[in-house]
Amino acid sequence: MVPLFYNARSLWARRLSTGVTVVGLGLVVFVFSAVLMLANGIESALASGGDASNVVVLRKGATSELVSGVERDAVRILTTDPEVASGPDGLPLVAGERVVLLTLPSGGTQAMNTTARGISAESFAARPEVQLVSGRRPRPGTNEVALGRSLVGTSPEATLGGELRFAQQRWPVVGVFAARGGAFESEVWADGMRLGSAFGREDFSSALVRLRSPAQVDAFVKRVNANPRFTLEGKPEPAYWADQASSLATFIRVLGLFVSFVFSLGAVLGAMITMYAQVATRVAELGMLRAVGFRRRSVLASVVVESAMLGAAGGVLGALGALATRFIHIRTLNFQTFAAVSFGFSPTPAILLGALLFGTGMGLLGGLLPALRASRLSILDALRA
Amino acid sequence: MREEPLPAPPPMVRLRGVSKTYRRGTVEVPVLAAVDLTIDAGAFEAFMGPSGSGKSTLLNLISGLDQPTTGIAEVAGRDLAQMDDRELSDWRAAHVGFVFQLYNLIPVLTAAENVELPLLLTPLTRGERRRHVAAALELVGLTHRVGHRPPQLSGGEQQRVAIARAIVSDPDLIIADEPTGDLDRKAAEAVLDLFGVLHRDLKKTLVMVTHDPHAAERAGRVHQLDKGVLQ
Repeated sequence: MVPLFYNARSLWARRLSTGVTVVGLGLVVFVFSAVLMLANGIESALASGGDASNVVVLRKGATSELVSGVERDAVRILTTDPEVASGPDGLPLVAGERVVLLTLPSGGTQAMNTTARGISAESFAARPEVQLVSGRRPRPGTNEVALGRSLVGTSPEATLGGELRFAQQRWPVVGVFAARGGAFESEVWADGMRLGSAFGREDFSSALVRLRSPAQVDAFVKRVNANPRFTLEGKPEPAYWADQASSLATFIRVLGLFVSFVFSLGAVLGAMITMYAQVATRVAELGMLRAVGFRRRSVLASVVVESAMLGAAGGVLGALGALATRFIHIRTLNFQTFAAVSFGFSPTPAILLGALLFGTGMGLLGGLLPALRASRLSILDALRA
Repeated sequence: MREEPLPAPPPMVRLRGVSKTYRRGTVEVPVLAAVDLTIDAGAFEAFMGPSGSGKSTLLNLISGLDQPTTGIAEVAGRDLAQMDDRELSDWRAAHVGFVFQLYNLIPVLTAAENVELPLLLTPLTRGERRRHVAAALELVGLTHRVGHRPPQLSGGEQQRVAIARAIVSDPDLIIADEPTGDLDRKAAEAVLDLFGVLHRDLKKTLVMVTHDPHAAERAGRVHQLDKGVLQ
């Protein structure tokens, strides 16, 4: 086996072409890993909105709260289930909620769709992950709202003490809440009755039911789905939010991976050109190695490994660059809910490992043809070069 | 009781009716014609002749870098024409050390690392390889240059590193193609002195191609080649 430090030093000896190639490979790996981190960020942001003990009840067939309707009587029936947990006040934790879309100003002349959730007295208690970070909860029967913390600062009014305007009414902001980075952080929470009357919506959009333990969820969902008194459908809350994330995340993942694939063709060509140049400038060295007894496959492996080193360096560079994006947050429209959702780039060890393998794979591919050429060199011609 | 005389050792090189013809497009170019040659183990023999006479081709056939068009080339007891590329690689690694006119050292490796290369094809441990490399560099008088890279060495020193690389795996046969062709007189003398040591003290078989009559004088026998024919 030709020693690896020979390959490493040969690359270093031609720093400029090596550097340019590594940067090219690194950019592709950056796009690749950033896209995966973005899709993962979307899934994290939306999917982390769920609690394992909670069930979201929607109208049968509804894909989101926005297109669902749940009658008041149905919510009342749900509260009678024996497995429903009780709040501090002893009342069952079943929250009928209304969900509507608002258009709020977002930076100058732009506007964005934002989910407004009309909550009930049990909404906060049923979602322990939702915690006020400043101010207080909106008082029942008033127009007061609380903002998810991702909304704070998106417009001059979107701040504690500010005042939102929608449905031809004023909505003072009295609190800001966090939800472990979940989808609720992109929502406006207001009193359900006031929001319902402002938007002319009498029925609930959904009912959130908190059970005594996660172990009761499956049985409860079956009871709801089979109950002949209403046409409702229960979904474990984590599964509901994962569904909400899937379309957007899949779209970004597929589009991003396609772009990465196209870019990678260019990067593989770049690696190939560099390795052809490496082989061309080292023909005599390769001839000597063959003369002293290194087999063709040793030379082939040496060139392939050298190219893989280029790719791995590009992989590390791209992954490091992508890691830097974790401090960037993006708001975009989730076309499943038609509401803006705020999320960040979320790296995982698997994505970083994938980035490294992707870079190394591009290097390997780029090195194959130059390696074949190197291994097929006539020893005599190479020694005369 | 009379003792039987020991049988003579087999020759290191035995060529019988060896010819070599290259094809340039549709034209066939004969380079060597029906060469018969025997070189005994432990001999130091030189080949001289004008450019294009076939010296280097003969050297390539003896060292297993090329194969004859016709004839038999037996070197170190093996018929080279019967070996495939992989077998030839292994055979060269075990039996042949090369000294080239332009040294053919790897510029990004140190002198010691260049010398170590043939040992990477052996089962020696790292420590054993280091000991062999140190011994080879000591033999060529370069213990003070082990960590230097070829661009930091003079031509003569580079050729001595190449000689250390050629002998480090203790091959039977050392092939030298114009080993002094790129050196000044003083450096050339040092290299030829080293060849004398390899031949005389280490009993190596040396086969050298040279244009330099002064270098050829060091050999035990000098062959003349002209237009592919051994005179």
